[in-house]
Amino acid sequence: MRGLPLAAWAYVCTVVVLAASAIGLSSLDGIDWATLAVLALLSVICESAPALLNSENARVSLSYSAGLASVVLLGPVGAAIVGASAMVAWRREMGLEKRLFNGAQFAVSGYLAGVVYQMAGGTTGKPTNGSFPGIITPYLCAVVTYVAVNLALIGVVLVLGKMAPVWGFRWRPIGNLAAGQLSYGVFGLLIAAPWGLIGPFSAVLVLLPMLLARWAFQQTSDQQQAHAATIAALCQAVETKDYYTRGHSERVSRGSALIAEAIGMRPERVGAIRYAGMLHDVGKLGVPTKVLQKAGDLTEEEFAAIQLHPMRGLEIVRDIGFLDEALAGIMHHHERMDGTGYPMGLAGAEIPVFARVISVADAFDSMTSTRSYRAARSLEEGIAELRRSAGGHFDPDLVEAFIAAIESQGWDQPDPVAPPEGEDIETTQQDHDDPSAPLRVAGEGVR
Amino acid sequence: MSAPASAPVTRSDRHRPAWQSLDSAQLLLIAVAGMLIIASVTQVGAVGIEDSRTAILFGALIAVGELLRMIMPGNREVAPIASAGSLGYALLLRVGSEPATHSAFQAVTVTACGTFIGALPHIAVGRMPALDAMARRILSPALVAFIFRPLGHSSLRHHWPLLITVMALIVMLSCVAEVVAAATIRAEAVRTRFGIALGDEIRAKLPLCASSGATGMLIAVSTFVMGPVALLVFTAPILVTQVAFRRFAGIRATNLQTVRALSRVTEVGGYVETGHSRRVSALAVAMGRELGMTEEALLELEYAALMHDIGQLSLRDPIPGGATVLASPSEQRRIADLGAGVITKTGVLPEVAEIVRRQSEPYRTAEGSAPPLASRVIKVANAYDDLVGASSDRDRSAAVLERLRGDSAAEYDPTVVEALGHVVDRRR
Repeated sequence: MRGLPLAAWAYVCTVVVLAASAIGLSSLDGIDWATLAVLALLSVICESAPALLNSENARVSLSYSAGLASVVLLGPVGAAIVGASAMVAWRREMGLEKRLFNGAQFAVSGYLAGVVYQMAGGTTGKPTNGSFPGIITPYLCAVVTYVAVNLALIGVVLVLGKMAPVWGFRWRPIGNLAAGQLSYGVFGLLIAAPWGLIGPFSAVLVLLPMLLARWAFQQTSDQQQAHAATIAALCQAVETKDYYTRGHSERVSRGSALIAEAIGMRPERVGAIRYAGMLHDVGKLGVPTKVLQKAGDLTEEEFAAIQLHPMRGLEIVRDIGFLDEALAGIMHHHERMDGTGYPMGLAGAEIPVFARVISVADAFDSMTSTRSYRAARSLEEGIAELRRSAGGHFDPDLVEAFIAAIESQGWDQPDPVAPPEGEDIETTQQDHDDPSAPLRVAGEGVR
Repeated sequence: MSAPASAPVTRSDRHRPAWQSLDSAQLLLIAVAGMLIIASVTQVGAVGIEDSRTAILFGALIAVGELLRMIMPGNREVAPIASAGSLGYALLLRVGSEPATHSAFQAVTVTACGTFIGALPHIAVGRMPALDAMARRILSPALVAFIFRPLGHSSLRHHWPLLITVMALIVMLSCVAEVVAAATIRAEAVRTRFGIALGDEIRAKLPLCASSGATGMLIAVSTFVMGPVALLVFTAPILVTQVAFRRFAGIRATNLQTVRALSRVTEVGGYVETGHSRRVSALAVAMGRELGMTEEALLELEYAALMHDIGQLSLRDPIPGGATVLASPSEQRRIADLGAGVITKTGVLPEVAEIVRRQSEPYRTAEGSAPPLASRVIKVANAYDDLVGASSDRDRSAAVLERLRGDSAAEYDPTVVEALGHVVDRRR
């Protein structure tokens, strides 16, 4: 927060003053100090370890539950004090002004939520037998207030601190965040309900499953990253053999995802096509190196060996359960719209959509990368070549979607590669992915 | 070279009738649970059911929980929501202003009925429950009920702090009992030492046991204040926990599946014999178990064994027959280093990379320490499979074992070779 604009400073100070006056100007009589101490401690603990709710980086802290429990148990002032306690949370990376603001905004949210709770007819204090179900409506009002005030206060500081644009917020993450906060807020009632009987035990009992869930979510996201990294590393291992195709899988994966997003596929399918693009050429390992590196015309047998690589790839990845739809993409990524592709000779809409997508990205990356027999083409030449082959080779809709996506989001063209010196270089002399320089098969012209 | 992958020999008992594949501890547990259920149902039938509305509500919660049961890593069947529901019913003292006076027998009956009803849809689609896990899900709350029901009606119920402490202690006791029972069964099933199985079981079960226990207690206490609504409301936190753990189990399974599948790139590329990676990993895991490795260590071992030949992908030409045991030591070391490089690049599983890196080192090294146990295991398993392959010829495998024994102490770790001997003996 160093170097904040003046407006942001003024705003932070205002919020802090508001919080201080909310606490300072109210009467502190009749507050149950023991309960307050426990809830404040809880809030500090929870704030020290913000929860990762899911793979989106929406960080929601369980201190929401403590804050809202205090709305019911302690009233506005108590809730404000519990909120302010977030200031002393054990988070090293936080600077003083950030701590002050964080505590102050929780205090203001808590205070306002407390006021709304009472206005809606909620009674402050430990719920008893007769409290339910009457307590539910005021409580929900309090939760909504708490979350809304909290989001608004933080949103303004982000805008003033130039950490977020004034307009054009991305609403989806905010929606996720709000949903997480609302649900954590509701758990506050669960803490408050049995408080009259068992006191602080109720907080422990409610938060224990939540903390364990938090741990499991963390582990899950670690494992997801591990999974993606494993696949990427293995693909790289497959590529190391050929100097020129390094990074190809990665780029095809990215390109396929670009197209998939552009034609509006659901996120799960985009994820699947990412993997499919990554793994599309894994079967090339089954093609003998001498065939891949042959300079002259291929014999029929050698061409057949190359044509087999999608099936080889399928053989390797078939057992990976999550890839269901992606399998078809890997198997058919060399089919052509006019039906002259391999391995099955499917045409048009018979070709699975995953395969049509991968084939566009695959060919484009091959054309715009350096090959031993030619330099890399420019993006414009690549695009022109795609357009020329649309209809015959590629699905025209996907070609247009791809071109539009590249134009708006850019494309990382690989750096021109110079072959390493000294060693006798082994590399492919023909690229089966390159539509502008088809494979030469003896006696039959080009393929 | 082209021999088909060997059939999974270790699970040859798969085709026997179900009861024959059960170990004695499992049978005992299931029998105890069965008798307890019969006794409870008879007792309840004789004296009649008390407060049937609450009983049905809890029964329904347990049934739903059972329906949502899931498989955690290590093929452990759990149903946290059902467990929470049955614990809640066992600990229940009061619903709103009405005292809950049901007996422990009724608690067992409700748990059993809920469990069976929840299991029915699974059975209908052909997914049989793990009987021993089901028995534990019924016995563990039963233990709580039989200790707590009599206490709950004493004067204790007016001292809340004491009461909640007693509840917590009893729930913990039932957790311990369940973990010990599960570990006993597991030790027998996978042939590992009880101590190791207990450690594995504690790590795997503790979080879910704690969640179910906490939620069970909450439900029991909150029904005081909120009435039966509490059942519904307080299931929310554990539902989140269940979702989290289910996802975790799912991604872990996917991960292993992916590595298993991708380990075949070396076979398709003609670098190693068909099925080599899988055979080595199955052998290595069996040996690791024999050597008393924990489940976590076994998982790392399995990953490393599956990927142990990945470094060969960087070789210009495949080694003839793919047998690294026949390659020169420096070549072997290079493959190991290259493989470790690939795994390091994943940015995860640093231990796995280290295991792969040191797999070619001899047991007795002139300088430095001996390689990690997992590396030594892979070295032996790899050598055995390179020399025996998919063949099931006994003489050949005996000869290879003899040869490895001859090389042990210098090249191979003698204890590891002995473990291989046991595993191979058992497979015959």
